[in-house]
Amino acid sequence: MIQIVDLHKSFGNKEVLRGINLHIQKGETLVVIGGSGSGKTVLVKHIMGIMKPDRGKVYIDGVDITHLKENHLSPIRRKIGMLFQSAALFDSMTVAQNVRFGLERYTQKSPKEIEKRVRESLAQVGLEGVEDLMPHELSGGMKKRVGLARAIAYRPEIILYDEPSTGVDPIRADAINDLINVMKKKLRVTSVVITHEMESSYKVADRIAMLYQGRIIKTGSPEEIRHSDNGVVQQFIQGRAHGPIVNW
Amino acid sequence: MFMHQVLAYGVDFFQQLGEVGELFGKTVKNIFRKPWEKKIFIRQLEEIGVRSLPVVSLTAAFGGLVFGLQTYVGFHRYIGPGSEAYGGPIISLGLSKELIPILVGLMVAGRVGSAITAEIGTMKITEQIDALSSLGAEPTRYLVVPRTLASFIMLPFLTLYGDLIGMAGGFAYNVYVMGVNKAIYLRNTVIYLEAWDVLSGVLKSSFFGIIIAVIGCWQGLRTEGGAAGVGRATTLTVVISSITILIFNFFLSKLLPSSI
Repeated sequence: MIQIVDLHKSFGNKEVLRGINLHIQKGETLVVIGGSGSGKTVLVKHIMGIMKPDRGKVYIDGVDITHLKENHLSPIRRKIGMLFQSAALFDSMTVAQNVRFGLERYTQKSPKEIEKRVRESLAQVGLEGVEDLMPHELSGGMKKRVGLARAIAYRPEIILYDEPSTGVDPIRADAINDLINVMKKKLRVTSVVITHEMESSYKVADRIAMLYQGRIIKTGSPEEIRHSDNGVVQQFIQGRAHGPIVNW
Repeated sequence: MFMHQVLAYGVDFFQQLGEVGELFGKTVKNIFRKPWEKKIFIRQLEEIGVRSLPVVSLTAAFGGLVFGLQTYVGFHRYIGPGSEAYGGPIISLGLSKELIPILVGLMVAGRVGSAITAEIGTMKITEQIDALSSLGAEPTRYLVVPRTLASFIMLPFLTLYGDLIGMAGGFAYNVYVMGVNKAIYLRNTVIYLEAWDVLSGVLKSSFFGIIIAVIGCWQGLRTEGGAAGVGRATTLTVVISSITILIFNFFLSKLLPSSI
C-alpha cells in the first residue's frame, strides 16, 4: 500500500532523512517513534506528497508520487487523510465547514449528503452539537477530534496521524488511541502514526519503527520492540536521560 | 570577503526574484483551472476594495489639497496674480497620472499587502497550508489566485475614486480657500485634461494591484519561525511592495505614451 524507498531530505546543511526504507501493508497500523525533531513529521509529509524528497521514492498503491504534479497528486491525496500535530483547523471556518472542506472537493455528494456525513464523522469522534463553533472556542482535545473528523469524512484508505495524543490530557489521549483502533476496525484503514509516546504506540501498533538520526534503526511488533537488545531503542522506550542516544 | 558577501546577496536576490516569478506564473496558470473559489474572490473584492475606501478617501483628499496649495503658490509666484486658475489641469494631470496611483498603491500595500502576508503566514506556521493541500485545495489556486485577481480589479477602481476625491480637494482649496475663479478653473481643466491622463494612471494601478497581492502571498507562503516570523514577513511585504511600486511606476510612466 505504502512503500518508501531510500528517502533523503535535507534542510540547508541539516540532513533530516538519510535513506528511509519502509513498507506498510494494507490495513496495517505502523507507528513511527522517535524523539522531537527526529524527522517524523517530515517523513509523514512526504507520504502525503506535501514535501518533495531530495532523493528516493514514495509509492502509494504502486504509484510513485515523488515527482507528480499537483493536478495528478489530487487523486492520490483523495485516498489519504491526515491528522496534523496542531490539528491545523482552518480558523476562519466553523467546525462543520472544516469537516465539509475535503468532502466538497473530493466527492460529488449533494449538500444534504455532505451535511449527513459531517454529522456522522463528528459523531464517530465523539462530538455532537459543535458544528457551528469556531476553532478558537474548542479545547485542545476537541480540536484534535475535529481534525480527525475532517480527515475521515471523505473515507480515505490511509490515515496519517502526526502526534495524535500530544498536548491533550491522559484520558483524552487514551480516547484518541481508542479512536485510532476504532477507525482501523470500522473503516479498515491503513494507518501511519507518528508519536514519541510509548503507551500510545503499544496500544495502537501492529508494527513499530524507530527513527533515529535520519534512519529507521529497528522495526518490529510491539513485543519485539519492547524486548529489543538495541541500546538506543531501549533508552528511548524506557525514557532514560542517559545512554547511547546523542544529538537527536 | 567583501566580494563573497556581495555575491551571496546577489544570488539571494535573484533566487527570491525567481520565487516571485514562479509564483506569478503559477497564479496565471491557475486562473484558468477549476474549481474557481468564487466565495473567497468576492470576499477579497470587499476586503481589498470596499474596506480600503476610507484610507483612500483621506489620502486622496489631503494629497489633492496639498497639491492644490503648492500649485497655487507656484502660479502666483512665477506667472503672477490671476494665473492661478490655470493650475486646474496641472493639478488634475499630476494627481491622476502619478500622485493618486502611487498613493493608492502605497496605502493598499500597507493595509492589504500586510494583511495578506499576516493571514497566509499564520496559516503557514499553523500547518493550515499543508492541510489545504491534503484536502484537495491547491494553495496557489485557493489563496493566491482570488487575492491577485481581486487586487488587480479593485486597484483601478480605487484609483479612479481617488482621482475624483483628489481633484475635488485641489479644486476646493483653490476655489473656496484661495478664491480662484471657479468657471475658469473648471473650463481649463476640462479643455486640457485628456482621458488618457486618467486612464494611464488607472492602468498603472492595475499593475500595482498584482505587485501587492503576489508579494503579499509570496511572503506569507515563505513565512517561518512563529509569531516573530509573521512580523518579519509582514514588514518585508510592505517594504518590498512599496519599493517595487515606486520602481515600476517610473518605468511604466516612461513606457506609456504621454498622450494618445
